[in-house]
Amino acid sequence: MSGGTYYVPEQSRLPIWASFGLFLTVFGAANWINGSSAGPWLFFAGGLTFAAVLWNWFSIVISENMAGLNSPQLKHSYVIGMGWFIFSEVMFFAAFFGALFYIRTLALPWLAGEGDGGASSELLWPGFEAQWPLMTTPDMAVNGEEALRKGPEQSMSWPGFGALLGWLPFWNTVILLSSSVTVHFAHTAIKNNNRKQFNIMLGVTVLLGFIFLILQAEEYIHAYQELGLTLESGIYGSTFFMLTGFHGAHVTMGTVMLLIMWLRSVLKGHFKPDDNFGFEAASWYWHFVDVVWVGLFFAVYVFG
Amino acid sequence: MAHGPAKGITRWLYTTNHKDIGSMYLWFSFAMFFLGGIFALVIRAELFQPGLQIVDPNFFNQMTTMHGLVMVFGAVMPAFVGLANWMIPMQIGAPDMALPRMNNWSFWILPFAFAMLSSTLFMEGGAPNFGWTFYAPLSTTYAPPSVTFFIFAVHIMGASSIMGAINIIATIVNMRAPGMTYMKMPLFVWTWLITAFLLIAVMPVLAGVVTMMLMDIHFGTSFFDAAGGGDPVLFQHIFWFFGHPEVYIMILPAFGIVSAIIPTFARKPLFGYSSMVYATAAIAFLSFVVWAHHMFTVGLPIAGELFFMWATMLIAVPTGVKVFNWVATMFKGAMTFETPMLFSIAFVILFTIGGFSGLMLAIAPADFQYHDTYFVVAHFHYVLVPGAIFSITAGVYYWLPKWCGNMYNETMGKVHFWLAFIGLNVTFFPMHFSGLAGMPRRIPDYNMMFADWNMISSVGAFLFGAAQVMFLYNVIATIVGGKKATAEVWENPEGLEWTVPSPAPYHTFSEPPEFKSSH
Ligand code: HEM
Ligand SMILES: [Cu+2]
Repeated sequence: MSGGTYYVPEQSRLPIWASFGLFLTVFGAANWINGSSAGPWLFFAGGLTFAAVLWNWFSIVISENMAGLNSPQLKHSYVIGMGWFIFSEVMFFAAFFGALFYIRTLALPWLAGEGDGGASSELLWPGFEAQWPLMTTPDMAVNGEEALRKGPEQSMSWPGFGALLGWLPFWNTVILLSSSVTVHFAHTAIKNNNRKQFNIMLGVTVLLGFIFLILQAEEYIHAYQELGLTLESGIYGSTFFMLTGFHGAHVTMGTVMLLIMWLRSVLKGHFKPDDNFGFEAASWYWHFVDVVWVGLFFAVYVFG
Repeated sequence: MAHGPAKGITRWLYTTNHKDIGSMYLWFSFAMFFLGGIFALVIRAELFQPGLQIVDPNFFNQMTTMHGLVMVFGAVMPAFVGLANWMIPMQIGAPDMALPRMNNWSFWILPFAFAMLSSTLFMEGGAPNFGWTFYAPLSTTYAPPSVTFFIFAVHIMGASSIMGAINIIATIVNMRAPGMTYMKMPLFVWTWLITAFLLIAVMPVLAGVVTMMLMDIHFGTSFFDAAGGGDPVLFQHIFWFFGHPEVYIMILPAFGIVSAIIPTFARKPLFGYSSMVYATAAIAFLSFVVWAHHMFTVGLPIAGELFFMWATMLIAVPTGVKVFNWVATMFKGAMTFETPMLFSIAFVILFTIGGFSGLMLAIAPADFQYHDTYFVVAHFHYVLVPGAIFSITAGVYYWLPKWCGNMYNETMGKVHFWLAFIGLNVTFFPMHFSGLAGMPRRIPDYNMMFADWNMISSVGAFLFGAAQVMFLYNVIATIVGGKKATAEVWENPEGLEWTVPSPAPYHTFSEPPEFKSSH
């Protein structure tokens, strides 16, 4: 970095390896899904490569920052990058929420004969009635027990205020909302140079993330074993598991991110009052995951 | 900072330089342009006469599908990203892109993604054959096994696009030379800023819809299956929520390029700079609320038909503003007709024809006749070939001397232009007629009554293809040698890129340059 006021990094092996790792992962996944025995091997080899590259990449970025190589301008680029990355995630979830709303408010009534296409419903799916959660699929309405696409036996919907305290999604909401608060406290703590408070609050956040994931796993087991609610339970099962599943995957990502931040602070003393964007980015991500959950809580559970 | 490029292959593999990465994007795009072109020529060869002569129908469908996918995701989009890489840092006075390593990552995903996509041609059951719009249930229940590879290829090329777009936004927002306020940015930069926003907004939606397909095909969900309560039309809604903004992703940067070229060769400042900016933003906004104009015939409620019809027609207003401004820029200008200008003028005229056929398609009741016919094929090829492709070509001729320091062969450029211009009109104009007469798209055989127009189209297609080989030759000849270009290259062109020597130094600006604007 001689001369000039701009920052340009040297050549780097990271990107090509990251591309290769990513490719191997998805190539392996596709082979695996299509039944090739090499699939799992390729998939895991790719996943490992990719993870190793990311590990390296982040280490390098961190050490560059510690060495004082990062200009305020570059730091700002990271901030912008993270912000727009989260926006892209918002749009990913928007596709699934959009699918849910469209199915509930438009497609199912049409399938049941509302609107101009009424007659075709009588011909294709006689006897089908729109309802949500969709317990009786069009297939079941026509073919009864022979149906291939069956609805769930029970749904995950709102149990009424009386049963609120025994309702798992309610507790998951409490947990995630509190974790958003604790991660915020962690942020104020590091800004006030209070390392101890930062470690505690961040640690609690990670813990809450874990508890959420355990409860969510619990709920899935309950759904599969007792409610007859699976990924294959018609459109209700599809939307339920895809929305909560992708959310859960994001919570997992977020928890891992925060855990790494916590380890960096506890073990290495990283982050300064005025230089903690690594942590802050993870906390933004966490708030985002939290907001998605609130959307899910209402759209999938309370009014589901 | 390193001053020159590294030696050998690792220069390209490990580079963090926006010019290297821009060149790789452009060469990749050029390769895909030829690959997609070969697929197109297979289609046109089969359609030269009615009857089945060269390929079987299933392979024909693979060709239309792969042609569309390769051209959209492999040729047009990477070409614009390549131009963005080369020009945005130079035009805003930055040393490089904001996040140079991620930049190289965005690029290198693409060769892998397209290798995977192309490999489906050799798989059992063949390549995807359900059209570039991959409607369910064709792409789910009835898809060949290679659809899984298609899905994952889309996933990773989407990741590449999103990272590329994030990088472009960070660069533009954060790296402009002091004094370059937003309303002083070159229009190419403006149009790319808005395009990048569109990309980040809709590529994840595409990822969402292919994920639903994956789940429906392999994991028993019912998103697009009415038996389980889903709806195949849901697929179309989500796809076109991505798809319509996507077509603007392929045209907004083109607007930026011709807005740079026309003033140079008309020797007048661009007419209506700020209205250009606002029109671009308006088009981007509207592009989110018109998607169902692709679905007029699926049985939308009448309120939906009307809403999407009027919203679509509204887009013609900001588009008209742009065309007016380009024409007004040329009005009473001291015009000369170098190759980039020829391509740009053709852009203005022929893109407008595509816009008009778009307006016809936007009329919902009329679209019941046009939909899924060759009229639609004519429409989108008029906006994409003399639109997106011509603007890219114009940009390459315009900036190539700046990139490599040599002047291209003007005569050959002009011949290229006229062959391409004649070729594309001979190919696509007759499609309006065969379409209006009722010829359906995506079929390998057709009624005798369409024979004449199809034969003409096929001849035009091969002419257009030949013209592009000439382009390739001209570009290589220019890089290898040729008359030295001056720093300005053209007569008083506007923009920071013309203040540095030709070829531009490996790191254009190591300190923020002084910026003076003329408008
Ligand atoms: C004035 C502006 C435009 C209007 C009013 C318009 C309108 C339409 C309509 C209504 C259709 C659907 C036709 C049908 O399937 O029946 C359509 C198709 C299409 N348009 Fe446009 N369009 C415009 C500009 C553009 C631009 C700028 C591009 C791309 C650069 C574009 C690319 C396409 C493509 C690719 C399709 C066909 C997609 C497919 O079904 O494969 N259009 N357009
Ligand atoms: Cu459209």
